[in-house]
Amino acid sequence: MTQIVIANYLGSGRVVFLAKGSGNGSVSWGELIDTAEVATDEDRATALLALAEADVAERNVVMDPYLIDVEEEGGSLRPTKYREAIRALGPTVRQDLGKQAEGAEA
Amino acid sequence: MALLERKDGAAAVIEDRFTRVDDEAALPVGPVIVSLSRFQAEREALLARDADLGVWLDSDESPSEIAGDLGKLAVVACNFPAFNDGRGFSYARLLRERHGYEGEVRAIGEVMLEQAPFMARSGFSTFELGDVSDVAEFKAVIEEVRTVYQPTGDGRETALQRRLGR
Amino acid sequence: MYRYDEFDHALVQDRVTQFRRQVERRMKGEISEEQFRPLRLMNGLYLQLHAYMLRVAIPYGTLDSRQMRKLAYIARRYDKGYGHFTTRQNIQYNWPKLEETPDILAELAEVEMHAIQTSGNCIRNVTSDQYAGAAKNEIEDPRIWCEIARQWSTLHPEFSFLPRKFKIAITGCENDRAAVKVHDIGMIMKRGAAGEVGFEVLVGGGLGRTPFVGKTIREFLPKEHFLSYMEAILRVYNQLGRRDNKYKARIKVTLHETGKEEFTRLVEEEWEAIKDSTLKLPKEEVDRIAAHFHPPAWKALPNDAPTCDSRAASDPEFAAWLRHNVEEHKTAGYAIVNISVKPPGEPPGDVTDVPMEAMAEMADAYSFSELRVTHVQNVTLPHVEKEQLPALFDDLAKHGLATANVGLVSDIICCPGLDYCALANARSIPVAQELTKRYTLERQQEIGDMQIKISGCINACGHHHVGNIGILGVDRKGEEHYQVQLGGSASEDASLGKIIGRGFTQDEVIEVVDKLLDTYLELREGEEAFIDTYRRVGMNPFKERVYGTA
Ligand code: SF4
Repeated sequence: MTQIVIANYLGSGRVVFLAKGSGNGSVSWGELIDTAEVATDEDRATALLALAEADVAERNVVMDPYLIDVEEEGGSLRPTKYREAIRALGPTVRQDLGKQAEGAEA
Repeated sequence: MALLERKDGAAAVIEDRFTRVDDEAALPVGPVIVSLSRFQAEREALLARDADLGVWLDSDESPSEIAGDLGKLAVVACNFPAFNDGRGFSYARLLRERHGYEGEVRAIGEVMLEQAPFMARSGFSTFELGDVSDVAEFKAVIEEVRTVYQPTGDGRETALQRRLGR
Repeated sequence: MYRYDEFDHALVQDRVTQFRRQVERRMKGEISEEQFRPLRLMNGLYLQLHAYMLRVAIPYGTLDSRQMRKLAYIARRYDKGYGHFTTRQNIQYNWPKLEETPDILAELAEVEMHAIQTSGNCIRNVTSDQYAGAAKNEIEDPRIWCEIARQWSTLHPEFSFLPRKFKIAITGCENDRAAVKVHDIGMIMKRGAAGEVGFEVLVGGGLGRTPFVGKTIREFLPKEHFLSYMEAILRVYNQLGRRDNKYKARIKVTLHETGKEEFTRLVEEEWEAIKDSTLKLPKEEVDRIAAHFHPPAWKALPNDAPTCDSRAASDPEFAAWLRHNVEEHKTAGYAIVNISVKPPGEPPGDVTDVPMEAMAEMADAYSFSELRVTHVQNVTLPHVEKEQLPALFDDLAKHGLATANVGLVSDIICCPGLDYCALANARSIPVAQELTKRYTLERQQEIGDMQIKISGCINACGHHHVGNIGILGVDRKGEEHYQVQLGGSASEDASLGKIIGRGFTQDEVIEVVDKLLDTYLELREGEEAFIDTYRRVGMNPFKERVYGTA
């Protein structure tokens, strides 16, 4: 299994991912899925979610974190559920909006 | 938990004179609030005590159950088992406007500060608020929206009355 | 249209201040998301798939050019340049920031608009006939009563934490363009025995998981009891409605489980106790509000319109637009114009800032600055001089707003679905886009009246139950799938569609619609509309064609 933590920024509402390097008392969030910290076993996944939830309570910058399943595809992460794939990219009917449009510049 | 009171346009933190008594517990001396079922089971004895009496209604217990005894009750508390269980709003209005009850109507349970304005308008006079104990904040929130459209038992002048009075 | 007085202004401004304070408390961490959620929802602020979503009320669908310009400005300044008109005559912005929502609400308050009660378990924005004040056989402008209801329901102390959301629709005539029969309360204006005006009161209509057509609980309600009767219904519902299961919490289930007779008895009993209270409407106040809805200064015009007729004779495109998008007005020499904001291939209901401003311009130039948003997600100019129709058509065409498809196959009702909505099971917009591109206008005109309605989940914001063809997105083992229903209608002959059979993939569902339309064209008699053919021949012929067997 491969999982990452997805959430929303409190202020902007934008979708964010628990970023690589989070742990050991430091937590950061990134807007692009490829910057996400990946868990490949259940214990690690549970630990990442706990980290995210603690950050919700402590710093109050994100909300509603939860785990999603992802696959690696050509060096990129992709959610396995289509709902989460749409969240990670943006509306399929407006390819000019959302992360799919911002990927290059970010 | 703080007990806040809203009375004649003023707001205050007040001391709770009442002890809320579980159904099985022995009655302490002094004013008590009991459940509806206990009140119904021990009505005579409770009314014969030499202290103020209150009844708390759960959200599925209508004030019509105690309509005949309201004159003998110092407080009726309406319990909100969850903030979104809004039956208590109707009960408060019925207590005030249908049954003419003039005693204390208390909001207990999952009561949020931000609901207090609706509660006050519905007829509640005291509030057990979990998320605030600051009177100034309570008062500010309660009076935040100055216009009211609905005529309720709280006697506040509605937009319509002010329009007609112009 | 209604103009706020100082009391209405003060309320909306106070509400902005209140929300600003609530947002600050949230940002500072004084209240948790759990505590904040009901507060933001009471101001129409959702958290959706990609971001927050703000739903702004367009009370009973009426707005003026100044308000439309403000909506365009907000789209540009605070969002990504567009908004989505909904089936409840509201507008949704898909990308607002929490920190900026108080500013958006302050901007709205400037033009007498707000987002109060566009979500949450409270009385929602009251909806009405988009032709109100212009419709031919209208008894009275229903917006007078919508505005009375709006004020009464705004921050109602008793009914802000109901078992579930509560939707009210009011019409002024027997032609139902507001889907009154699928609302929690539907009020249909009618005349009593002595010619006096009142309402037929329906309760318990609704779509979603268990759809119901509303039932009449009172044949005639005199006008002055309009509010007390609604208060009685709501009070009974607030106490009786189920709170243990959110799928059974709507009043339609309360009515169903209590039984219509008993429910009606309880309402009437409650009403007896309050009908002569202060809720009884004084004539003075009704007149004050009615004065705001006095007709605009229509000119005395002849009914024939030679310029318009000759253009129609020489320009088939204009003629088609006239036939499909323009309706008769109650006043000689005037017409009602429906602007289709659904050109082929575009998401239904989505409009960007520039066309919004163009429509505002045109409202100023042609329609006494008035516009309406319709429950089929189009925009209406209610009072256009017939002789001006050619000029208006040309202006509309310049902005890509002259698609002559109102009431046709491509005039699809469609919810945002999984492209935006956190509750969705499947996408709905791509299905609509595919269908709107599929048929030429000629072909659509040949097919005639047709309501296709698409929802991305069982909540039915896209009204699929009452589509002649209804399409519902479902999740089948992790794949987007679509269920098809036939025979629904949202008009005065309201009916709920029936599921035709097993579901389809997105590609298949498009072909299914082809087959349904072909079957209809083969079977129809004379000028019969799809819904009438369906009612005459039943499900089987359609089923046979789609599945190869009945
Ligand atoms: S019908 Fe479902 S998917 Fe569509 S907008 Fe409503 S809740 Fe969302």
